[in-house]
Amino acid sequence: MLSYMLKRMMSSFAVLLAIITITFLLMHAIPGGPFSSEKKISPAIMRNIEQHYHLNDPLWKQYVDYMANLARFDLGPSFKYEGRRVNDMIRESFPVSLELGAVSIGLAILIGIPAGAIAALRQNKWQDYITMLLATLGVSVPSFVLATLLVYVFALKLSLLPAALWGGIEYIILPALALGSHPTAFIARLTRSSMLEVLAQDYIKTARGKGLSEFVILYRHALRNALIPVVTYIGPMAAGILTGSFIIETIFAVPGLGRHFVTSIYNRDYTVILGVTVFYSVLVICLNLLVDLIYPQLDPRIKLTEKEGG
Amino acid sequence: MNKELFGPLLADDQAPLQSRPITSYRQDAWRRLKKHKLAMVGLYTVVLIILIAVIGPWMSHASYSDQNLLESNQAPSSKHWFGTDNLGRDLFIRVLYGARISLAIGIVASLINLIIGVVYGGVAGLLGGRVDRIMMSIVDVLYGIPMLLYVILLMVVLQPGLTNIFIALGIAYWLGMARIVRGQILSLKEQDYVLAAKTIGASNWQILYRHLIPNSLGPIIITMTLAIPEAIFTEAFLSFIGLGVAAPMASWGVLSSEGVTSLRSYPFQLFFPAMAISITMLAFIFLGDGLRDALDPRARR
Repeated sequence: MLSYMLKRMMSSFAVLLAIITITFLLMHAIPGGPFSSEKKISPAIMRNIEQHYHLNDPLWKQYVDYMANLARFDLGPSFKYEGRRVNDMIRESFPVSLELGAVSIGLAILIGIPAGAIAALRQNKWQDYITMLLATLGVSVPSFVLATLLVYVFALKLSLLPAALWGGIEYIILPALALGSHPTAFIARLTRSSMLEVLAQDYIKTARGKGLSEFVILYRHALRNALIPVVTYIGPMAAGILTGSFIIETIFAVPGLGRHFVTSIYNRDYTVILGVTVFYSVLVICLNLLVDLIYPQLDPRIKLTEKEGG
Repeated sequence: MNKELFGPLLADDQAPLQSRPITSYRQDAWRRLKKHKLAMVGLYTVVLIILIAVIGPWMSHASYSDQNLLESNQAPSSKHWFGTDNLGRDLFIRVLYGARISLAIGIVASLINLIIGVVYGGVAGLLGGRVDRIMMSIVDVLYGIPMLLYVILLMVVLQPGLTNIFIALGIAYWLGMARIVRGQILSLKEQDYVLAAKTIGASNWQILYRHLIPNSLGPIIITMTLAIPEAIFTEAFLSFIGLGVAAPMASWGVLSSEGVTSLRSYPFQLFFPAMAISITMLAFIFLGDGLRDALDPRARR
């Protein structure tokens, strides 16, 4: 168990190192460099700028510097905003994204799991059809389309909720719905299919045979086992929420990290792109590690050992 | 009870040997697919969309880039079925062309996924042992990375454009395919016919190419069917953050993100391209679900 955890952490660390390196090299492969897109700058000033940001150092030195700074959790200065550091931008805006993301994930779990379970229990009845219809629509409509539709209906036509910006609870509802729709639909589909599979298992028949109440059968035996695939979906879901927030935050003008990221793409603000990519990758990899470690606690059948090929 | 009763059967009495005609795996799958109503709706819709994408633009009188500022932002009418955009370009024609671009992105990107995934998964599954372990732990590791971030990064590096979208999507999303192919091959290579092929001296490559890959076609096709709409979706996402195909070309993603900006005044500009994306997604999902039931009855859920 311990050796597995250590091994797992080591490999996560190796991945981090590798992707930071790849990300770094990719950013430096961009032809022209970060300042060439702006209006004509005299060569002397250009040299000064490059000097200031150490861009004229050899690549390996820039890399070593970057890694050394990263070890001190310093992601460097923004190229676009004078005097701003990537760290500050993340520190200011990430809590907003976290709040929005947490609400969306909460919505996805609270709606998705019961909906999927009900659909499975009422298989091929109207409850099932309606849930699956909504879930299929949820995966087939792009989130930015859904977001604009929500704004159009609830903010512009009905004037129930604010169309954009950030503040009290009323501001979080529409973006969280738009961001959570895809995971909600996915969780509902996942819960339904895994619940159906579990309900057909022998131990459910045994439980029925023992005369356990339907409630105990469903909660203790069926749902608990059916949720295991849902837990493995947490990692990909978090990644989806993160990247989904790019669009949703831009549409709703939410001052989160996602919107910063999109702006930095428009501005070609390379250190911010690099920093946010590294930050988000670290986040998702840690989350995946966490899920992998929690996972066996839920299902004693899974043993944490090196799996053999086959 | 005498000897005469125990005569031989008449030679023309074939009754015990008669059975229903032998159906091949392919016929069997097709029969199962045909019974799946939603899947057939999906199949017809996909075929229709492909036909529209191929033939549609030829039938139209104008080009997707023809501008007519006198007719900008017009509502749908008999002249412009889907209305016009802010430069007076006919949206119906743009959606038709968009079908071409979006489908091309979906198909080419998932073909690249297919090639990388099949080769990678095939080699890992076939060689097995240590090579397999190393190759698959690389896949496991890459699986944990939010790929979309790297697609965005690649698009920033490569500059927006159709070819670069092919490349970025193609090299980012082959992991699922590699896993599926490898799993299939691991189980198939224990089969007797593979042993037989080995005995008569077939090389690894021949076994992979002649026996293992054709026999894992089912799951491969299912994965492909679901990868195509995924790529179209991702491209729509990229278009929205300004990394899609370059103007004046327009995929459905570009059209919808243009529609988003003008939603308040001209909602129809979002409605039609968004519908096109959603219908395509639905059709592929239905088809994929049906194919899963038809091609892989054991994995039926």
